[in-house]
Amino acid sequence: MRPYLSVWKLRFILGMQYRSAAIAGIATQLFFGMIFLMIFQAFYSGSAAEPPMPLDRLVSYVWLQQIFLSLIMLWFRDNEIFQLITSGNVAYELCRPCGLYSFWYAKLLGQRLSSATLRCFPILLIVFFLPKPFRLSPPASPEAFVLFLAALALGLLVVVGVSMFIYISVFWTLSPVGSTLMISVAGEFFAGMIIPVPLMPHWLQTVAGFLPFRWTADFPFRVYSGDIPAGEALWGIAAQLVWIAALTAAGAWTLRRALRRIVVQGG
Amino acid sequence: MVLYFKYLSILFKSQLQYRASFWLLTFGQFFIPFSVFAGMYLMFERFGELRGWTFYEAALVFAVIHLAFSLSECFARGFDMFSGLIASGGFDRLLVRPRSTALQVLGSQFEFTRFGRLLQSAIVLVWALAKLPIDWNAPRAVTLALMVACGVLIFTGIYMLFATLCFWTVQGLEIGNIFTDGGREMAQYPLDIYKKWVTVFFTFVIPFGCVNYLPLLYVLGRAHGHPAGYMAMPLAGVLFLLPCLAVWLIGVRHYRSTGS
Repeated sequence: MRPYLSVWKLRFILGMQYRSAAIAGIATQLFFGMIFLMIFQAFYSGSAAEPPMPLDRLVSYVWLQQIFLSLIMLWFRDNEIFQLITSGNVAYELCRPCGLYSFWYAKLLGQRLSSATLRCFPILLIVFFLPKPFRLSPPASPEAFVLFLAALALGLLVVVGVSMFIYISVFWTLSPVGSTLMISVAGEFFAGMIIPVPLMPHWLQTVAGFLPFRWTADFPFRVYSGDIPAGEALWGIAAQLVWIAALTAAGAWTLRRALRRIVVQGG
Repeated sequence: MVLYFKYLSILFKSQLQYRASFWLLTFGQFFIPFSVFAGMYLMFERFGELRGWTFYEAALVFAVIHLAFSLSECFARGFDMFSGLIASGGFDRLLVRPRSTALQVLGSQFEFTRFGRLLQSAIVLVWALAKLPIDWNAPRAVTLALMVACGVLIFTGIYMLFATLCFWTVQGLEIGNIFTDGGREMAQYPLDIYKKWVTVFFTFVIPFGCVNYLPLLYVLGRAHGHPAGYMAMPLAGVLFLLPCLAVWLIGVRHYRSTGS
């Protein structure tokens, strides 16, 4: 466990160095959040029927997306790993006395966490004090908040599990573009990043329910606003645990298969 | 101009050397705006209309801005990637050549994989136009073409401004994404659904509204007042590009090499 913790910590500290990038990111995320909210509000204001998700819940949904963007985004990726694989330097990684899967898993986790810590608090502070229709409301109840934290943490593990597949796929394709682009576009859509899952038509919601993506973002954010009540949230957390187990087991298995047939040329 | 096309053809050939990667990327680029467009379609399906705008009208707004964006990403990529040229010291080489720096930077890179994106927006454009009951005449068609062309100029101007900042900061600034990516996200819906300050900023400071929303009112036959005023609107894109070029020239004069 020790080596994984230290690689996690290294990544965390490294990520904290890029402060100016974080400030730019904060401004961008605030701007995007505002634009999305204005679009949704314009849609809501014209609608005659009761929308499936009240506006204040939608506001928290959008802001939480922006605040925790680096925890849930699939395109957040580590080019170092891609280079390791395509250049053949992955051989060095194999010499290390720890499992490759857990090693990379810890690395990716640390990277996401450091980026999130840098960015989330300033945005949180700002959006809590915005004028009324844009303000982020506090969590629905103390229980909802605790459940939200748990769901967000588990969602992060799901995201890293999914993104591990992107890295592993490079062993076969040798080029990180193309396939990864497809996975992240589909994943983003079904995680409710483009339009919230409750606003999708029924058949798409069913599709989203069968995929791991909605457990990463849609589920924790709706727990926060009370859109998913506490009892149901517990079942959701159970589902997240199942996904994490399945994704890591499948990921570790495919990585083993990939490594068995890997040929590193000298040079 | 001849030189520009020479750059164009060389880079096109060089990118086609990696055929598989080229097609995969082009294909992938097709799907990025596709998912955004799908989101727009689903929102309209649920809510019916958006402050008096129908789906096909909004689709036209979407298509125009995405066409402009993908064209500018394809052809003005050199400015977008400019920080690399500064950091590596490669800009010194451009300075000793007897041609304008703006042209050379523009020609330093093209991203032809953006054709995927372009194709997607073109399909949306044709679809929207086919479904909209516009009575076509020459001025309207010209206005539409001007909208796309001047939209490209605005995006190029923004790339240029932020490329110029690299003369002082060396590193690229991500904050520029607010105006390019953010401007695109914002301008893909009709401008009048936003709050006042957004509308004002994106009409008078960065004139996305002038190449998209205002002339479109005329094309759709919603405008009141003289059509010539609306037709001339997209030319604001030219007005925007000129100061950007001026700033660029000032920047070039202040350039100090990184020495590497």
